[in-house]
Amino acid sequence: MGRSLFEKLWDLHVIAELGDGMQLLHVDRHILNELSGSRAQLDNAKRSLKPRHPQLTLGVADHVVPTEPGRAGDKTPWAKNVMQIFRDESRRDGILLLDVNDPDQGIEHVIGPESGFTLPGTLLVCGDSHTCTNGALGALAWGIGSSEVCHVLATQTIVQPKPRSMRARFEGALPPGVTAKDLMLALIGKYGTTGALGHAVEYAGAAIRELEIEGRMTLCNLSIEFGAKIGMVAPDEKTYAYLKGRRHAPQGALWDQALAHWRTLPSDPDARFDREVALDCSGLVPQVTWGTSPEDVIGVDGRIPDLKPEALAYMGLSPGQPLAGTRIDRVFIGSCTNSRLSDLRAAAAIARGRRVAAHVEAWVVPGSMRVKREAEAEGLHEVFRAAGFQWREPGCSMCVGANGDLVGPGERCVSTSNRNFVGRQGPGARTHLASPATAAACAVAGEITDARTL
Amino acid sequence: MEKFGTLTAIAAAYPKVNVDTDLIIRVERCAGTPREALGPWAFEMVRYRPDGSEDPGFVFNREPWREAKILVAGENFGTGSSREMAVWALARMGLRCVIAPSFGEIFFGNCLQNGLLAIRLPADEVRRLMALASAPASATFTVDLARQTINGTTRFEISPRPKRMLLEGLDELGLTLAMEPEIAAFQAMDRPRRPWIYL
Ligand code: SF4
Repeated sequence: MGRSLFEKLWDLHVIAELGDGMQLLHVDRHILNELSGSRAQLDNAKRSLKPRHPQLTLGVADHVVPTEPGRAGDKTPWAKNVMQIFRDESRRDGILLLDVNDPDQGIEHVIGPESGFTLPGTLLVCGDSHTCTNGALGALAWGIGSSEVCHVLATQTIVQPKPRSMRARFEGALPPGVTAKDLMLALIGKYGTTGALGHAVEYAGAAIRELEIEGRMTLCNLSIEFGAKIGMVAPDEKTYAYLKGRRHAPQGALWDQALAHWRTLPSDPDARFDREVALDCSGLVPQVTWGTSPEDVIGVDGRIPDLKPEALAYMGLSPGQPLAGTRIDRVFIGSCTNSRLSDLRAAAAIARGRRVAAHVEAWVVPGSMRVKREAEAEGLHEVFRAAGFQWREPGCSMCVGANGDLVGPGERCVSTSNRNFVGRQGPGARTHLASPATAAACAVAGEITDARTL
Repeated sequence: MEKFGTLTAIAAAYPKVNVDTDLIIRVERCAGTPREALGPWAFEMVRYRPDGSEDPGFVFNREPWREAKILVAGENFGTGSSREMAVWALARMGLRCVIAPSFGEIFFGNCLQNGLLAIRLPADEVRRLMALASAPASATFTVDLARQTINGTTRFEISPRPKRMLLEGLDELGLTLAMEPEIAAFQAMDRPRRPWIYL
């Protein structure tokens, strides 16, 4: 019987069976952020534990860094301290740290793939749940807690039970104006945030093959919102073209050797999965969330359902009212879900020649310094600025507000991030998750709107 | 790590589903608060009113649940962010055991790393326990890890390795450090097979 991508990747990394389904696995790549990373580094230092392979860990500052233009205005009492620990420990441990003004700095799940640190077939972990993003390149990637970060640093391994496997097929062609974000929100809406609990998900089907690499990252990013720690797309020619020549990607003969290996990884045609789910893309419309869980999602042309009264009270919405036309205060285009060049292009295409509504504060926060440079080379920053958007420095920013970039109490924000939890963007903040195109359109309209009708 | 043997303690019911780790501990506390001081900040958005006073609607603000060491929770408890501070905050609040129909996967793993026993039970069983926990007279539970029972009758499943780790207070990192020869042997085999991995 054939094997799936997931099974091949898993088996490649098993060091030892620990009994009763637990395995000790080799970690090929490890990314460290200042928030969970600095705590783990301190804990290991207390135990006099040095990293086993410091060169296989990449550190990056993203959560607490200021995103004001010019990196001005640290708004938190903790950023300085957290960053100091992170810098000191990383220097002592010999870990490459992409610090706040490094030309390669960015959100960890953006810079992993973009720098070629993430490769097909690698097992990659990071102390952050959206590490699943890296699965877009055919890596086996998941988020871990601080104790596990300590474990990975000291041993270059991780202990895990093997999850079950799931294949999610997206059939049919994507209608114009419908993006990877909409696909995945629709899938989560259909199966719920526990839909993939306990599974490693492979996204497959014609619509996925058509998606560019950055769209696949958006898709895999939301795996954790689907309940899965791991989401992945089989590597293909697009993947290899994306990676070739990137800073940490193999070069020369090593590239050829790696490529030959990568081509063996995709699921065999007769591979079996523990579970199969499917979504027909052909009728999809842009999706927007209405509640406080990513599963609370409808088409932008839909009406608020009569469900979850507590969530509706928090969101200040009533059953039966149309979602479109709801007045908004803020727009956030950014986060590891949707802050890459293609996302910014999609938003800029809407913003071009238009103006952000007078009552709306709209931000664009590029995912990395590289994305920022590339966007500026195309003049996207001018498009955004001319339309009244703020063009900011890379970081997590208003996705979680760990740097003090917050949505005010009761304010309504259309956000391209991944979590609309109660208080996620700030105490009392009301978040509507949507694609970059939808978010840009909402900024212009001053209310929730369908970008296709602008 | 503190060993987990038999625990007899008050159980509190918190039936909300999809309780995310952002709700359990706010990101500001993750960044700015020492581990030992996280307890008072667990669930802060539902535990305190805007003026900082306790919200009596929150179960842990009422007697006898103020002393609860067991939490009976709704589906998908601990979903979302990987922040281990959520587990640290619950532990510092006094919890030793969380029972739910399902858990966020990273949270579930983080519990084990910190000696917090996370128990999955069928939804109807959890509902029954919630009903018991909701009345002061029946809210004292006994969780016996060795026998894998709650109140002597309700049986729960746990894999042998995590069970041993909890019973003996073992630390996973310590166990793996002892496996250095296996790790070295794997890398010696893997290097020629995938040389581009070892930067
Ligand atoms: S952008 Fe948001 S979801 Fe992504 S790593 Fe940063 S805080 Fe987490």
